[in-house]
Amino acid sequence: MPMVETPKFAHAESDDLTELLPKKLAHARPLFDPEILRRATKESFFKLNPVTLMKNPVIFVVEVGAAITSILLIHDVFSAPALIGFEIQIALWLWFTVVFANFAEAMAEARGKAQADALRKTKTDASARRVLNGGKTETVPASRLRAGDIVICEAGELIPGDGEVIEGIATVDESVITGESAPVIRESGGDRSAVTGGTKVLSDWVKIRITSNPGETFLDRMIALVEGAERQKTPNEIALNILIAGLTLIFLLAVVTLQPFSRYAVIAAGAGLMPSVAVLVSLLVCLIPTTIGGLLSAIGIAGMDRVMQHNVLAMSGKAVEASGDVNTLLLDKTGTITIGNRQAVEFIPVNGISNEELADAAQLSSLADETPEGRSVVVLAKSKYGLRGREVTSDCNFIPFSAYTRMSGVDMHGRALRKGASEAIANFVKENGGQVPKEMTETAERISRQGGTPLAVAENDRALGVIHLKDVVKGGMKDRLSQLRAMGIRTVMITGDNPLTAAAIASEAGVDDFLAQASPADKLAYIKKEQAEGRLVAMTGDGTNDAPALAQADVGLAMNTGTMAAKEAGNMVDLDSNPTKLIEVVAIGKQLLITRGALTTFSIANDVAKYFAIIPAMFMATYPALAKLNIMRLHTSQSAVLSAVIFNALIIIALVPLALRGVKYRPQSAASMLRRNLLIYGIGGLVAPFPGIWIIDQFVHALGLA
Amino acid sequence: MTPNGLLQIGVFFVLILAITKPLGVYMTRVFAGERTLLHPLLRPLERACYVLCGVKESTEQRWTQYAGSLLSFSLFSFALLYAFQRLQGYLPLNPMGFGTSHAMSGATPMTPDLSFNNALSFTTNTNWQNYSGENTLSYFVQMVGLTMHNFTSGAAGIAIAVALIRGFARQTAAAIGNFWVDMVRATVYVLLPLSLAIALFFCSQGVIQNFHPYTVATTVEGKTQTIAQGPVASQEAIKMLGTNGGGFFGANSAHPFENPTPLSNLVQLLAIFAIPAGLTYVLGKMVGDTRQGWAVFAAMSVLFLAGVFVLYSAEQSGNPILANLGVPGPNMEGKEVRFGIPMSALFATVTTDASCGAVIAMHDSLTPFGGLVPLFNMQTSEVIFGGVGAGLYGMLLFAILAVFIAGLMVGRTPEYLGKKIEAKEVKMAMLALIATSAVILVFTGISSVADFAKGGYWNSTGAATTNLLNGGPHGFSEILYLFTSSAANNGSAFGGINGNTPWYNLTGAITMAVGRFFIILPMLAVAGSLAAKKRIPVTSGTLPTHGALFSGLLVGTVVIVSALTFFPALSLGPIVEHFLMWEGRLF
Repeated sequence: MPMVETPKFAHAESDDLTELLPKKLAHARPLFDPEILRRATKESFFKLNPVTLMKNPVIFVVEVGAAITSILLIHDVFSAPALIGFEIQIALWLWFTVVFANFAEAMAEARGKAQADALRKTKTDASARRVLNGGKTETVPASRLRAGDIVICEAGELIPGDGEVIEGIATVDESVITGESAPVIRESGGDRSAVTGGTKVLSDWVKIRITSNPGETFLDRMIALVEGAERQKTPNEIALNILIAGLTLIFLLAVVTLQPFSRYAVIAAGAGLMPSVAVLVSLLVCLIPTTIGGLLSAIGIAGMDRVMQHNVLAMSGKAVEASGDVNTLLLDKTGTITIGNRQAVEFIPVNGISNEELADAAQLSSLADETPEGRSVVVLAKSKYGLRGREVTSDCNFIPFSAYTRMSGVDMHGRALRKGASEAIANFVKENGGQVPKEMTETAERISRQGGTPLAVAENDRALGVIHLKDVVKGGMKDRLSQLRAMGIRTVMITGDNPLTAAAIASEAGVDDFLAQASPADKLAYIKKEQAEGRLVAMTGDGTNDAPALAQADVGLAMNTGTMAAKEAGNMVDLDSNPTKLIEVVAIGKQLLITRGALTTFSIANDVAKYFAIIPAMFMATYPALAKLNIMRLHTSQSAVLSAVIFNALIIIALVPLALRGVKYRPQSAASMLRRNLLIYGIGGLVAPFPGIWIIDQFVHALGLA
Repeated sequence: MTPNGLLQIGVFFVLILAITKPLGVYMTRVFAGERTLLHPLLRPLERACYVLCGVKESTEQRWTQYAGSLLSFSLFSFALLYAFQRLQGYLPLNPMGFGTSHAMSGATPMTPDLSFNNALSFTTNTNWQNYSGENTLSYFVQMVGLTMHNFTSGAAGIAIAVALIRGFARQTAAAIGNFWVDMVRATVYVLLPLSLAIALFFCSQGVIQNFHPYTVATTVEGKTQTIAQGPVASQEAIKMLGTNGGGFFGANSAHPFENPTPLSNLVQLLAIFAIPAGLTYVLGKMVGDTRQGWAVFAAMSVLFLAGVFVLYSAEQSGNPILANLGVPGPNMEGKEVRFGIPMSALFATVTTDASCGAVIAMHDSLTPFGGLVPLFNMQTSEVIFGGVGAGLYGMLLFAILAVFIAGLMVGRTPEYLGKKIEAKEVKMAMLALIATSAVILVFTGISSVADFAKGGYWNSTGAATTNLLNGGPHGFSEILYLFTSSAANNGSAFGGINGNTPWYNLTGAITMAVGRFFIILPMLAVAGSLAAKKRIPVTSGTLPTHGALFSGLLVGTVVIVSALTFFPALSLGPIVEHFLMWEGRLF
């Protein structure tokens, strides 16, 4: 079987989570792509439709306020022309506030739509060759295929629908889905049998059983997901919506009752006027949490989008959110924690043989060995003893590895060099009339005990020594796992190895726990046990027998190379099939929640400054003493109100990039993260509007706007 | 501020700190049904209560049943008190003949609207009184009617707080305790023994306890003076301990028969804060991490101390107008000379932090900023130690909000004390917050502009503002204070407003009911929802809620949420009044 390598991305081996997040993939779009900007701008005006806007109570209140102000404007043209200039500006900025909030959402959606369009282009009207009962084939449009149909695909043809390979083997170009151009192998049986509609067969042929009906294919679901057509509010989003709707109601009460309060004040003081409706609406709009209200859905969509940028397809926003809450990560040892191939790390000679001789023999016996293990022997000999790979001459006879002999090697110039399992080599030496020293058996056993794999080397009747093959933990894995620990996430290594080997790797990688000789049932039991203790569990999987565990886990990341059953069971699919990505998914989930919390805090903290701008402006005529509350020294009452409204609208636009990108996230303990974010978004939110409103007031005054 | 004044405040705070743990440990045992020192003595009484009421001690209730029991109990006891007040003329222990044709002149009649207001007031632990006890109510109504409510409304508050703590402490449980059992235990083991001890102590200090008719004395000037008598000490103890605050006399704790000595004054103060402070320890103990309780205690303490010092310094610096006239000195208007500035400031803060409402100084006569403190304390929904039980469940409401908003910033869906805070909890917390701010703002708004027919039923003097003694922003503060005090179930009066008209009696009563039950019911719903949840294990990824950071966050949430809601109203009341005072204008 040819080796199929997991597609590697530049970031896959990075040590640092923070490095991973902002890094863009080759096909990622820039944040402000002109095409997306244009589409979003147009969309933000369509979104003014009150029926759709009603779903967002905060922004809906702003729209109602804007509408009331605009209607009164018409009335005031005749009754109070002196105020018109001010009121027009207020009305305009209130409308802008709505449009800006819509724009944020539209931006996030447009990014999804652009991605969906790219996907849809691949949904050409392919035709399929359906196999009939008699074995003959007929050509039908792909759209007419039903689950259960059997089709044949040859090199150069598009696979017409999602399905399972039931016969044959082929290389397939899945770049449509994964963005990765290296072809992958698809074959019947085993865990590489799933094919996706829209991908292209490059060589050979396969017979496929279609597993989905038209409109329900993986590609269809993917398009629906990125377009947001199936977008449902996540539980946390619902709760946050309740909070901001509640706050809106409280501020509505505070502003509406200000009307009678001010009437009392005006009568009591015998001076001034009651604040106009435009001013009251301005105060209301400034107080209600428009910042988070406007950006909330954009944050959610952008979170899904960010997961997508990492080539992970989340089946729901809920899954992304849940990944931020994960307490326990189940990581497969092979391919996730270790590189996946055992590598030579040491030559241990026996019988007084020199290191160099052993290394030389080992290298020669591995020259034709194209397995990663074999190559690692050549590399080690070269790096440690300066032995360069030699030219393979014609008089060399390479003996390939076979399951029967359990060794491989070379015959050259009368030298028979072999390497292999220690028993096999022992037999080889004995057959050649040699003796196997006790030292060699002991060394092999010691390596086994340490979790490594011993590979004995012999030349004719002489046992030369042992190569220590070891599972190599990926570079930086230890750091990443300790970062996870700092975030409060426990890591559990899942492996089929015996407990001894597992323990060795576990301690080297620094996982918190391991599950050795793990059967799928063990995995499922472990997940259930963790969940019973109140923990959320995330795992990766690809095989059909992983499906129950993937379904049970709170976050199940299925590999795209895996079986359809696994993909159906998980709530995310990694198109790159890189299990390490689970860690990034967790980071994105956390970042999503942090962004929401940060902007909510910021939004509420902003209100303090707005009170100091608007309350004195409202009542300075009634109670001139209240001018002392005008700590920003804003020029006039009108400019104070206008500046606050303008600040409130502009801050939404200013924070759109933050909402789409997510706030900066670095793995650290909850306490230090809270301290940091409270400082930036809490205290920052309290302070920032003071200079902000002051500067706008300077402009408003200088331009003579109010 | 003087060193002596600071020392007095310091001593008080240290004593509260010292009481918190022992009382908390004791109450934890009581509500867990474990044996305590007093069990040999009181267990028979407790059991007798269950037999008498047909309560099965071991049965637990879901939150809906718990709430149903509370509501039916409140309704029954409300109706009983209403009847007592209306029928006091036919009931015993009425030497002054209140409610009969031979009542003394100037006695306030217990009209249907006043009775309604007062019955709800005592049912809701508010004890707002639109009358003076000594010329309105018989000894029977005071002792049996009011004092019973002083016990039961306090016990109910404690019960709700304990039920909410159980919601956090339990997991995947359907029930949150038994209302009747919690009520009986709170009364028998906590309120009864403590108030007995305190009442005896008050007697030793000279608080009166008798059933005599009022004494008519001839003064040195040769005039006659009626000196009211009555069973004061027994009511006084539970008045403070249950954060009730309804005085036997109109002058409340400023009256020498209620509060004769500095020592009795200190004990009154301690009695107000004792149980609310102790309950923070119960919280920590029951959820298995006492630091959690202390964090809540710390947040309450910060808010309390900030209030005391603002009020104290405002009163100490006095009135600038008098100072300009060459009479510098602190603001002694409306204060008892024997208590002085620091004790008056401390008492005003404590009584409005906790929803007590007893007073030793006239809040109406505080400086504008001095008056702002009690007003703001109550606008926090009484969470600074707060009413017995009410303070804790109110503070936990804010903790839920604080954790929900800031908790997101650690990158997890928020959780508090191991329980996930989700839509249901947020919805309930917001409902409570909206309802209580709505009644304050809406009724203050209507009352500041409402016009009624002169001589009509609702407000015979005409517009609702004609009931005010002061004009300008101060008059506005008086209305705002009335509804704030009612919604917070505080009951302290700013004074300066005649609340005994059908309009204020009715709106005040509605405000008190909303302020009580629209927090209790949502919080019980939260308790039920939390109890059913699993407990999430604590990791380094969990938002820590046991340290200074969280206490600070909690303080910030309480201050910001309350300030944002009430800043416009406050700026038209005490804030502008303060600026005007410095410009030389008074109201």
